[in-house]
Amino acid sequence: MDVQQEVVDILAGFSLFADLSTPELESLVTTFEEAMFNEGERVVRQGMTGSGFYVILDGTAAIRVDGVDRSTLRPGDFFGEISALLGEAPVADIVAQRALRCLILPIGAFESFLEAHPKVMYRLLQGEARKVRNTTRWLS
Amino acid sequence: MAELTDRPDQPFPPGTYDAVVVGSGPGALQLTYSLRARGVDHAVISRDAAPGGMFRKWPIFQRMLSWTKPYAQHDKGTTEYERFDWNSLLGNEAETRAIMPEVMDGTSYFPSRPEMEQGLVTFAERAGLRVRYGCVWQSTRRDDEELVIVTSDGEYRTKLAVFAVGVAEPWRPAILRVDGVQQYGELRPAEGYKDRRIFIVGKQNSGFEIATGLLPWARQIILASPSPTRLSVDTRTLVGVRARYVQPYEDWALAGGVVILDSSIEAVEPHGGTFTVKTKSADGRGIDFEVDDVIAATGFECPLLDLSQVGVATFGQSRLPAQTPYWESATAPGIFFAGTIMQASRGMLKHGIPSNSGAVQGYRYNARVLARHIAEKLGKRFEGRHLRMEEVGPFLLREASCGPELWHQRSYLARVLAVAADGGMVDEGIQPLAQFVDDTRPDVPDGVAVALEHNGRDDPYPAIYVRAKGKVKEKLLDPHPLLDFEGDAYQWEVASLLRMAPAGALSPSVQ
Repeated sequence: MDVQQEVVDILAGFSLFADLSTPELESLVTTFEEAMFNEGERVVRQGMTGSGFYVILDGTAAIRVDGVDRSTLRPGDFFGEISALLGEAPVADIVAQRALRCLILPIGAFESFLEAHPKVMYRLLQGEARKVRNTTRWLS
Repeated sequence: MAELTDRPDQPFPPGTYDAVVVGSGPGALQLTYSLRARGVDHAVISRDAAPGGMFRKWPIFQRMLSWTKPYAQHDKGTTEYERFDWNSLLGNEAETRAIMPEVMDGTSYFPSRPEMEQGLVTFAERAGLRVRYGCVWQSTRRDDEELVIVTSDGEYRTKLAVFAVGVAEPWRPAILRVDGVQQYGELRPAEGYKDRRIFIVGKQNSGFEIATGLLPWARQIILASPSPTRLSVDTRTLVGVRARYVQPYEDWALAGGVVILDSSIEAVEPHGGTFTVKTKSADGRGIDFEVDDVIAATGFECPLLDLSQVGVATFGQSRLPAQTPYWESATAPGIFFAGTIMQASRGMLKHGIPSNSGAVQGYRYNARVLARHIAEKLGKRFEGRHLRMEEVGPFLLREASCGPELWHQRSYLARVLAVAADGGMVDEGIQPLAQFVDDTRPDVPDGVAVALEHNGRDDPYPAIYVRAKGKVKEKLLDPHPLLDFEGDAYQWEVASLLRMAPAGALSPSVQ
């Protein structure tokens, strides 16, 4: 199978992109860059500017704050959206726990991508709402 | 055990070597030059008959995308001039430096393909580079700790192999695997498209290169792919269609006969010499085109033969090998890559902007860094220059202003200095920035690195990375409209940064 078609099939199963048609997913695949990260490799670096918006295709990654692992990200999860939205350096490292395959959208393209895909924006907002809810539960 | 060869005129007979390089394009030529300069015993083998790699036949419309400026702010042959000459390989002797402006005829500052090939041949001749030509890599296997490279001339054994075989095998998706659909590299001469309707699949540089070449001949040109066209003048990077190929875009914008579509290809149906191409846009609108030619400009693959059998993992449509910051396979130790394949070692990828490792002006520097890395793996030591602390700031800013490695490989290669035991710092040379930032080895000394960075929006700016007590912090300096970072304000800011490093870091003299 063509790699691009394989990625389209993977994305079709992710809730973030559940509202997109096949042609929209095909366009998305060529808008994002695909990258592979090795076990232990830092994907996003705490305190360093210029990261992007990432969607995990395969593998897992740790959210690491000040050297302490806080949570694990899995296929279908996304990260980097907070620093992309706020224009600030990330507040955590994201570290590949094993071979990690991601799609990447540069920060500079994030806003226009969301504007062009309002249903993805809504799904992303739902994801952020879940994070806030979980954090609130944890704090309480 | 070396096998006997019946080609005594060729160097490097099959046998055992400290390192083996496969290829004879610019990536391999730069690497073998740099390995030799580092005193590394190695063999170089190539299936080709002469140096040049892909530039022996491509680009198909015979002129490069990368420039060499005959007149620049710095004299030809100087290190600073390399920023303006994207195509020459890098030698240490005067006769091996800035060769490209010497072999170009002056009609364009983009070298023609024959000029590029001539430049590479000239470099190889003047540097006395030795390559075993006509030696075809056929397969690969592991034999205990050794890698065995099986070739048409026999077997090469080594613990350290470097593959510089390009990313130049045209690839097309299944939907375009239809009889009669053409591909980059197998086109007819341009006049063969006279008065024809041409459908080009792909809107990256290769698609626009073909469209530019056929503009004077075609009746109609349609360029289609799902994503919108990006232009390098908009991204302010090499991401996007280069200005040299923008003419079809203007033709479309002015409604001159070119059609540019953001659509996927649903089907290609041949009809005895013509084709129906069915397209669908993201909003579901379908348009069918009747055309005379369909050309796939849908990308290139990496010809890695059976390297997956010895553990090399690949990713993406181009099947690039996953790599470490030093361009070693992430999954098969001892196997390295040079030339355009180095683009798969993405580095920091700041702001999503890739390095220039897919082009000569980027990977020629990677090759020098890799040569040193290989030399050190083989036990050779590197002695860096010692700097007094008061020299460090000006040195870093000089590098940011004029260091060609930093200019061509932004946020990717950095000049690194380490704390010296007796005070001051030692110049550790050019290193991958990701290696400096992510190096967690306990014995890594404190130090500082400088890189040049850009965000696709503003002018480039220097970035200083200070490593103290195992933690690395980033400090971005302001851009400068004249790209000169050596003024008083920059000197003061960097001196302050070095003074404010945590106690115990950098040097006793700055605590």
